[in-house]
Amino acid sequence: MPDMVCDNCGSSDAVVHLTQIVNNEMSTHRLCEKCAAEKGLEGAPEPVGFPLTDFLAQMGDVALDEADPPESGCPFCGLTFQDFRETGRLGCPQCYETFATHLRKLLRRIHGGVQHVGKVYLPPDPSASDMERRLDGLRRKLHRAVESEDFERAAELRDQIRSMEPA
Amino acid sequence: MNDLTPLPNHGLSWLEASGDHADIVLSTRVRLARNLQGHAFGPRARVNDREAVLRRFKESIGRSETLRGGTLLELPDVAERSRRLLLERRLVTRDLLGEDDTGPARGAAVHLSDHEPVTVMINEEDHLRVQSLVSGLRIEQAWRLVDRLDEELGRELPFAYHNEFGFLTSCPTNVGSGLRASVFMHLPGLVLTKEIGKVLQGLGQVGLTFRGLYGEGSEVVGNFFQVSNQTTLGKTEEDLVDHLDKIVRQVIQYELQARQVLLRDARQVTEDKIWRAYGLLRYARSLSFEELMNLLSGVRLGLSLKLLPGLRVYTLNKMMIFTQPAHLEQAAGRDLPPTESDAHRAAYVRRVLATEGDVSADDDPSAADETPAQP
Repeated sequence: MPDMVCDNCGSSDAVVHLTQIVNNEMSTHRLCEKCAAEKGLEGAPEPVGFPLTDFLAQMGDVALDEADPPESGCPFCGLTFQDFRETGRLGCPQCYETFATHLRKLLRRIHGGVQHVGKVYLPPDPSASDMERRLDGLRRKLHRAVESEDFERAAELRDQIRSMEPA
Repeated sequence: MNDLTPLPNHGLSWLEASGDHADIVLSTRVRLARNLQGHAFGPRARVNDREAVLRRFKESIGRSETLRGGTLLELPDVAERSRRLLLERRLVTRDLLGEDDTGPARGAAVHLSDHEPVTVMINEEDHLRVQSLVSGLRIEQAWRLVDRLDEELGRELPFAYHNEFGFLTSCPTNVGSGLRASVFMHLPGLVLTKEIGKVLQGLGQVGLTFRGLYGEGSEVVGNFFQVSNQTTLGKTEEDLVDHLDKIVRQVIQYELQARQVLLRDARQVTEDKIWRAYGLLRYARSLSFEELMNLLSGVRLGLSLKLLPGLRVYTLNKMMIFTQPAHLEQAAGRDLPPTESDAHRAAYVRRVLATEGDVSADDDPSAADETPAQP
């Protein structure tokens, strides 16, 4: 069996064999211990999830079809879109606003959806619509608890809802 | 320097094998990723960002029911072997511990609850990673634990949240719910009947991902797989969790069917494999971790097929934890070079099987469990 070299650094021998299936396509990567550790494999509990940087590289010029991302980058942390494409990581909450257009495209590809429909977080000074959204979420949870006959949980949720509803 | 002697049982509650299908599903893990407003995260976080996050987290501990009374470990102050112990117990990740030569960054910390199987990593890829780890297939329970803690923390800390994108994370693959639910499974039947490829490919088609424990070359180690949700945005947390549960239960059914096929069409070969594995574990003088995992797989299958009376899932689970390098060194009280490590591993396994897993002993599967954590 010929020695296999790491796909990532190209120098060390590959000891970890990673197979990923995303959107019906299977891809295989062979990584040396160091590169695998960097990606969080090797006995660590985190699934690698997604080689985001490869994905971003594939997207290539597609991302720049729209208006170019701000050249100066994020006003809060200084991250540029190029940084993001190289590392697959954003730098701060503000980045999501700064690069919103491009992120929407990317998120649609990764997750299929773009709108968060899960838990609603209430900031310290919630607006009326924040509250309403939160109540909707809780009511959904309550419905689910009742359906699955988890009446103790349903009671907890009912109390939470009652304490939030306008008098 | 902190060491782990005051915390002998952390990360071990899943060993008790008390959840659903605990022979096939070893454990369930749910984690939520959260960041704080007003601070850079991940690779852009500077020292003062990380220190601010840690400080704010510390301030919130007293007001959290889940966190109160637990232990906060600031990793730069934790001894190297203790850090590896935490890693081996899956309480921290390599990312949190940093590069080998530089060690954990200032601000990297982990909080261990003393009354719930929940941990919080501070200043990993995201500011906060809240994680629960429970025995067997119990996704709902694991989710509830982190959901509750998330509510408690959310009242005290200003989370970075966006109406459209949800909870904001360093990596866009986590944004939205920030939820990653994983199930750690043993699928020897599917591997041996060569059905595993089809099943794993099917997972990808329903929005799930998997990884196994791989050794050298392309062999899967131990027939263990971790199945998780891949998407985190556009579905509610409940839907993500229900979906994973549903699919995992299907996979369990496929695995059970595959095992029946093995018994029906290849009984002698299968039994022989299982008993050889038991024999090696019982008497070998040297075991690498990889070889141990492969042998444990055979024995775990044997236990599941009721071919090895007197052996309990708890014993097998225990053997996966305490045979790891840092755990062996802790028991030995000193560093161990690889050949010695292999010998210590084999000795530990022999001892445990002689006392807890001697299959010539009386079979009483309903014997009461002792408390976990008896290395």
